[in-house]
Order: sequence, then C-alpha cells, then structure tokens
Amino acid sequence: MSEMTEIRDVRTSTVGLKSFFHQLSKNYVAFTAFLFLLIIHLAVFLGPLVWTVNPEAVDPINALAGWSLEHPLGTDNLGRDVLSRMLYGGQITLLVGFGSMLFTVLIGGLIGAVAGYFGGWIDTILMRFTEAMMSIPNFFLALVALTVLGKSPFMIIMVIAFTSWMEIARVVYGETLKWKESEFVEASNVMGSSPIRTLMKHVIPQVIPSIIVASTLGIAWAILTESAISYLGLGIQPPTATWGNMLQNAQQYIWTAPVLGVLPGVAITLVVLAYNFFGDGLRDLLDPKNSRK
Amino acid sequence: MENLPINQMNNREVLLEGRNVKKYFPIKEGLLSRNQKFVKAVDDVSLKIYKGETFSLVGESGSGKSTLGRVLLRLYDLTSGSISFDGVDITSIKPKKMRNIRKEMQVIYQDPFSSLNPRMKISDIIGEPLEINKIAEGVEKHNRIVELMELVGLDPTRMNHYPHEFSGGQRQRIGIARAIALNPKFILADEAVSALDVSVQAQVVNLLKDLQQKLGLTYLFIAHGLNIVRHISDRVGVMYLGNLVEVGEVEELYKRPAHPYTSALISTNPTPNPRSTKEKVILKGEIPSPSNPPSGCRFHTRCPFATDRCKNETPELVALSNSRSVACHYPLV
Repeated sequence: MSEMTEIRDVRTSTVGLKSFFHQLSKNYVAFTAFLFLLIIHLAVFLGPLVWTVNPEAVDPINALAGWSLEHPLGTDNLGRDVLSRMLYGGQITLLVGFGSMLFTVLIGGLIGAVAGYFGGWIDTILMRFTEAMMSIPNFFLALVALTVLGKSPFMIIMVIAFTSWMEIARVVYGETLKWKESEFVEASNVMGSSPIRTLMKHVIPQVIPSIIVASTLGIAWAILTESAISYLGLGIQPPTATWGNMLQNAQQYIWTAPVLGVLPGVAITLVVLAYNFFGDGLRDLLDPKNSRK
Repeated sequence: MENLPINQMNNREVLLEGRNVKKYFPIKEGLLSRNQKFVKAVDDVSLKIYKGETFSLVGESGSGKSTLGRVLLRLYDLTSGSISFDGVDITSIKPKKMRNIRKEMQVIYQDPFSSLNPRMKISDIIGEPLEINKIAEGVEKHNRIVELMELVGLDPTRMNHYPHEFSGGQRQRIGIARAIALNPKFILADEAVSALDVSVQAQVVNLLKDLQQKLGLTYLFIAHGLNIVRHISDRVGVMYLGNLVEVGEVEELYKRPAHPYTSALISTNPTPNPRSTKEKVILKGEIPSPSNPPSGCRFHTRCPFATDRCKNETPELVALSNSRSVACHYPLV
C-alpha cells in the first residue's frame, strides 16, 4: 500500500461520525430504521412547538370527529385533538422506553460483568440474586410496585428497569466468563494492567455487541410493558396521554372510530420494529471485521 | 554465547531461579468427599536461567512445561517452593508490587489470533504497555510504536489497522513488539511459533534471535518442535509428567542424551535425510495421568530399561558434569 492512500485511509477513519453514517447508509434496512426513528423523535419532541393545540382541552360537541383541517387526525371521545395527543403521548412513551432501557443495561451490565469477571463468592451472591429475581413473575411485580410506589413516569421507568435487568445480566455474565480467559486479557495483566482497567478495556468491548442487541430489544420490551401497564390502568394516569393509555381508551370505540386504536397501535409496532432493525445494524457496524472492506 | 566453554557457564549471573517449585491444581469432587485430589502439573522442579541465554523446555503435551513457565512468571500462584527474579524473591510478593516487576518479564503467546484484542488497532495494542506504565504519551508514544514496528519488521504505516487484517506471522510480530515495548529483561515464549507455518516459524525465530542480540534479552522458550529448539536454544530442559528429567547444553544433549526419555524424544524427531537409518525408540503407551502419577521414577511405566529400583525409588536430578544434570538411576552416558 502506498503512503498516499494510507494517509487518506487514516483520515477517513478518524472522522468518526461521518464514516459512521457512510457505513450505516450501506445497510439499507438499518438505515431506513434509523431515518424513521429520527423522524419520529423529531416529530414527537419538536412537533408540539409547531402544533400548539392543548392535548387535554376537552370539546364534547366535536367528540369522535373525523379528519379535518382543524383536527388533522380527528378527535377522541372527549373531543381532544388526536394529533396533539399522539405527539405528547409519544414523548412519554419514548422517554419511558429509552429511560428503562438505559437503567436496565446499567444494572444488568454491571451485575453480569462484575459477577463474571471477579468470580468466587461475588459471582455466587450476584447470580443467585439474579436467578431469584427471574423466578418472580416480573409483570405482576411491576403492577404491585406501581400500586404501592405511585405512577409517575420516573417511577414507571425505575419499576420496568428493576424488573427486567436479569436477561441482560445473564448475557453479559456469560460473555464475560468467556472473554476473561482469553490470552489478550492475560497479556494485559502481564503488562501490569489493574483488574478494573482490564475489565473496561478488554472484556467490556467484546461484550458491547451483545449489550446493544439486548438493549434494543429492551427498548421494545419497555415500550410494550409501559403500554400494557397503561392499558390495565396502572400506568401514566389520564388525562396525560401515552400511546398505551390511548390504546386502552380506544377499545370502547373499536367499531365506531377504529382509527383511535389503529394510530397508537401502529406507532408502537413501527417504533419497536425500527429499534430492533437499527440495533442489528449497529452491532454489525461496531465489528471491525465488517468495516473497511 | 552459544560456544562458551562449559566451565564458564557456572560463573554467569542467574536471572530467574526456581527452587523446588510445585504447582498442584485441586480437582473438584462431590460435596461430601474428604480426600481432595490434585493434578500435579509441576512437581518439585528446580532450575536456573542465566542472563542472556535461551533456555528451552521440551516435552509431550501434559508434561507441565507451560504451567511451569506461567508459575515462574507468577501468573499462577505456586503450591510450594520459591522463585527469585534478578535477585529478588517473588514467591509471595503482593500483586501491586508484582505488577512493577512484570515490566521486566513479558510473554509471547502461542496463538496469534486469541492473544490480540480484535477490537483494538495495532497502534493501541503495541502502545498499551506504554500507556499502562505511563512511559510515553502523544508524539513520543507514536514514535516509540513506529520504532517498535520497524524493529520487528512490520510496516509502520499500517498501525491504524486491526489484527484481522494481518497474517499469522505478522500477528506474531505484533505480539513480539508488544512484549518488547517495556524493554524487559526476560521473555517467556510460550509455544511462540508452534501455530505458524514452518517457513514463517524460521522467520519469527530468527527475529527473536536478532532481538536477543540487540536488546540483551533472556528467553524461556517452550516448544515441542525439536528442530526449532535446537536452532534457538543454549540450554534445554526436558520435562516428563511434571518433573524436569534432564537439563543440558543443547548440542551435547541432542547428540548424547542421558535420560531414556530424552533419547526417545530425540530419536523420533524427523530428519531431512530420507536415507537416515537411525533407530527410532517408540515409547509404549500414553503419558500417565498427572493426578495419579506412577511410583518411583515416573517414567518407569514406559521406560525400556526400567528395573525394580525404578519402581520404588525416585531419582533426584543430579549433575553428571558441569553442564549436565539428569534424573535417572541408569543414565545412558
């Protein structure tokens, strides 16, 4: 390889974000999912600045109205603007999804990595605790916890995270066990690296692809759990909208105004699907063997 | 170095010494079993490695040579015995202090695929020891990495590539560059060329010899390719079932082996001459289990010359001459 091409090569690889999008655009499915998520997030979080209708303003005369200029997606049974409720509801649903995933990965990843890497009694205590948590039906645990602790979005995030971190802990635990025996980990110890540094530099990076896949599934799971909890009436309380409680509200009107149920339902399905595809693409992208070809 | 007169060998400075080193791995059995069993991977081995020499350990798989190497570097704790490195007793040194001493003792691994982190660039892999020990940063570190890559015969313009973009031999050179980055005194080459093609083996072995001359390194070379060992070593130790059965200067040991096991090992080594009529000593059976080794001389179950004495009495490693020791009741020379 000549010197010139090498220099160019180095430069493109150091411009991280640009080459990231370049690589991502080659994977059509992941790229489409990424664009879709970008649009949804922009719409949900910036849309209310443009569409300033109050999502909780009741107008019984115009209840269950069809699509019009005044209400682009119609109104619900209390005459509230559906577009506005979709946007505000989306904010909460996406925040709960992302927030729960973040805490799930933090708790599960930490417990799994520490148990796997340090072994011994730490391993025994942490993994037996994980198994004990797994044996409790977590959906019912979540329902009980929410009834007792209250129903704010933050509480919902915490309850979802504390009842669903076990899967990730097990995945990270298994991967850590596998990689801590590898020769480059021993080599790092020979070079004088401290155990914590070796864990961070050599073991965790090998585990990240599995964490990414698990966490995209985690977002999907959290969104679905939040919807289910809201559907049962234990989630975010009306009049605050979420896609989940909009779905619950719509079931009485499934024959008269099916659009009320279809909109949040389709939104949940598409976002969950897009997160899964994007996660798959991200995992491939982070593997150095797939870049530079 | 290789042609030093025998009587001068004893005057040389000892770099690494193990005295009566034992490493037993416990075997886990049922909860209620009282008698704990052990795999005696290394059983009472004493050896000295002199500054600037290449000492090789040979033996069948399962003879404990890799374990001995790792114990000598304190990568495993030893069951009993003592180890000193450069005059310092490192037998029960604290992990933090050991990290400091490890700068002087590095390892080159057998498998060039699993010994390099697949998610790190070459510059980060070679620069890692510099970073951990805070030896160089920024431009200085970059220059040192370039220097190291050139020293081991790699193209420094490829420093931003990942390990999978290199061949086996090149990866082994990366491992070597990483091992010499801290200017160590001692390197354990654990089957460092066994995973490579024969032609690449020769290149890497010659690189190791070059580096030894340039940097004044001492090697403990663990291998099972006897021709490579003959090419690179000054002295050789032969291991069988956790024991060191013979130690001697390489040419002397290859030409006139004193232990029946050494003799069998060397006679089965393929020679490039197709008309060679040298008789091969084929050993009976397999190497016995190290969890339940034979009584007396451990080799007596497979030795063509074994007597009743061998079954009952364990032979000590005794000096035959200034440069040769053997653990056998009836040495061949």
